[in-house]
Amino acid sequence: MLRGFLLIFTLAAIAIVAMAGFRGQHSPRPPWELMPDMVRQPKVRAQAPLGFFADGRGPRLPIDGTEPVGYDIPKPQQNAPPEISPSGAPPGEESAHAPLGFSVGTDYYNTGKMGANWGTGIPVAVTAQLMARGQQRFIINCSVCHGLTAAGNGMAKQFGLATVISLQDERIRKMADGEIFNTITHGKNTMMSYGGNVPVADRWAIITYIRALQRSQNASVNDVPPDQRAKLDQPEPAKK
Amino acid sequence: MANFFPRWSNWLPLKLAVAGFLIVCGLTAGTWYYVTPKYTKVGYEPIQPVPFPHDVHVNQLGMDCRYCHSFVETAAHSNVPNTQTCMACHQQVQKDNPKLEPVRASWKTGQPVEWVWIHRLPDYVFYNHAAHVNRGISCAVCHGQVNHMPAMYDAKPMSMAWCLECHRHPENFLRPEDQITNMDWKPEDVNPAAFVAKYGEPKGVKEDWSKKKHLTQQEIGQTLKERWNIHPSETCQVCHR
Repeated sequence: MLRGFLLIFTLAAIAIVAMAGFRGQHSPRPPWELMPDMVRQPKVRAQAPLGFFADGRGPRLPIDGTEPVGYDIPKPQQNAPPEISPSGAPPGEESAHAPLGFSVGTDYYNTGKMGANWGTGIPVAVTAQLMARGQQRFIINCSVCHGLTAAGNGMAKQFGLATVISLQDERIRKMADGEIFNTITHGKNTMMSYGGNVPVADRWAIITYIRALQRSQNASVNDVPPDQRAKLDQPEPAKK
Repeated sequence: MANFFPRWSNWLPLKLAVAGFLIVCGLTAGTWYYVTPKYTKVGYEPIQPVPFPHDVHVNQLGMDCRYCHSFVETAAHSNVPNTQTCMACHQQVQKDNPKLEPVRASWKTGQPVEWVWIHRLPDYVFYNHAAHVNRGISCAVCHGQVNHMPAMYDAKPMSMAWCLECHRHPENFLRPEDQITNMDWKPEDVNPAAFVAKYGEPKGVKEDWSKKKHLTQQEIGQTLKERWNIHPSETCQVCHR
């Protein structure tokens, strides 16, 4: 009798393991929730669907004829160590402008336009921090297509993005900062707008960095400090 | 008087005890193994409308997480990219691929692509992405090595005990702030001299870590924890508010 029980017990255990599998196995089955009452509340969550509205979307699109007022992007924390203020506006920028993330303002800072023409110049204090921020954001958002040196040879180009321009072109080097700002905000030709991905402050940081890249790739001997020029003619030291 | 109980019933209590013991052990083991997010959640790999390969985009193309999840550093919710972010490349790249049809349909109609939500916490948990990625917690800590996932799946249990593991000992998980989106980062990658020059050493350490060959995760974590003043709370209302 016990032998019979043991047989059934073993077979049942094998059957359960065979059906339920092991931890970590991939499965398209939604996770089993023991008591879903409070776990799933009928409230709106970011980017989640909601049956309340006819189109089934939780987040709403702006109503026709209305304008978004903008919202505060969190500012870097005061007294934080220097290496950790990656979020929000670059330091020194907050006082000059309202911290609108995706602005609808009409001044140069928000449109790149001075009057009817493209303005030029960086409307925030150009600091090492702004440059570092610009580099980081350029690598994230721009280098995929335009390449790390902005030469128009980014990874996406190798995968079939045909019309990537080089930001080292004479045309772009002479282009007004405001027009570049506008291109980032609204896109141009086959480049789509990045206004929804890159906040205003970051757009100016990126432009600052692009200018630095352009200078780095078009440098002449005059850009080298006089006391360093003698070194240019020396052969490169052998690498260890 | 004849024997009231047959002979085999002598062993019956023992046999019942053995059987009962095995059943209790079996149920306990089964519950321990199966009724936990380590089983129910880990490995959840739903069929998405578009089989988006993270490995191709991250490893092969070298894209940063923040190209698509652009507001993870500023928002509580790490956004799923809008259709335009996909179309920025896919208007030209793979533009006839049938797998991308839902994206193109979304681009035409304005209706969102209905991605299946994988890393879904209970609605009474308020997790803030920005607070974590800005303080040395990498995407990979919670989402696994996404850069090796042809299809996204839940890599970690995301249970409360699992959250607390890190809230109690953050030094086991912290890393330098510029390595947050580096999915393959290892403590051995850190150059001790540069690390100590930038972040210093925790108080009370006599040894000069910059002379070491490698720093361990604990050494890196302890340094960053002190420097960034990280004291994760274990009180309820931090996450359940």
